[in-house]
Amino acid sequence: MVKNIKLISVVLLVIVSFFILLKGLNKTNNYSPNLNSSKIDFNFKAKFLYSDEETTLYELINDKDFSIINIWASWCLPCRDEHSFLLNLKSLDKLNIIGINYKDNEISAKKFIKELGNPYSKIVVDPSGVNSIELGAYGVPETILINNNSKTILKKYIGPLDDEKFAELKLIIKNEN
Amino acid sequence: MKIKILIFIIIWLVSFFNFSFADNSEKVDQISKNLRCLICQGQSVYDSQSDFALSMKILIQNKINEGKNDEQIYDFLKSKYGEWIVYDPEINKNTVLLWVLPLILFVFGAILIIKKVSIK
Repeated sequence: MVKNIKLISVVLLVIVSFFILLKGLNKTNNYSPNLNSSKIDFNFKAKFLYSDEETTLYELINDKDFSIINIWASWCLPCRDEHSFLLNLKSLDKLNIIGINYKDNEISAKKFIKELGNPYSKIVVDPSGVNSIELGAYGVPETILINNNSKTILKKYIGPLDDEKFAELKLIIKNEN
Repeated sequence: MKIKILIFIIIWLVSFFNFSFADNSEKVDQISKNLRCLICQGQSVYDSQSDFALSMKILIQNKINEGKNDEQIYDFLKSKYGEWIVYDPEINKNTVLLWVLPLILFVFGAILIIKKVSIK
């Protein structure tokens, strides 16, 4: 009887841990914390891709009601995939799309835009990656939706845009105001 | 003997000279060892060679050059990336168990030992 109990408990333990691990497989392993403040207090200086002028973030986002900051690079394959979504978003009049070219070569960056089209109203470069960290970004691609009037971050997407995120973005922009 | 003392003094002075001219990369190392690399979790920013970690090290260097102290740099990064980025979590309602549990276990263990000893 004692032997039986031991056997049963071992089998149970194995089964339980199997299901716990199985459940863990479905979880994304990239933990991203909830931001405690969505206010944008970052103030960085960056150069434009197509000119040598310097600009600040506040100058960049004062045009329309909403801004999307998209961090991209020509060497980043997922950025190619999401490019069509950005081109699509360009048609929204309330939205201003700003590109941050992350740790990239100037020539290949320009080639990338020439090849795939330019969804951005302005592109700034970030050769050292420091500006992206000031924004609280993880890497490429990353998309941040900002409400220009209240200067707050509405949504942040780590990784490439897809149909689902695209629909959500449009919905947020439509429902705000 | 005099020569020995002279040599000693020169070496001593040279070491100070080096010290004052060393950049603050040691400081960067010290801070980056306390930061979790968010791309390659399980490594510190110091250990990691990912783009994120490399940029982070440049950023820390910049902040030090701006005259920010350790606390300000940690606070800045916490405001951007959340509590998770530092290896040393603050005590709040989410982490209180983390801090208190070892203490409870310690006390529990002590009670066990005392009981065992007093039985004998």
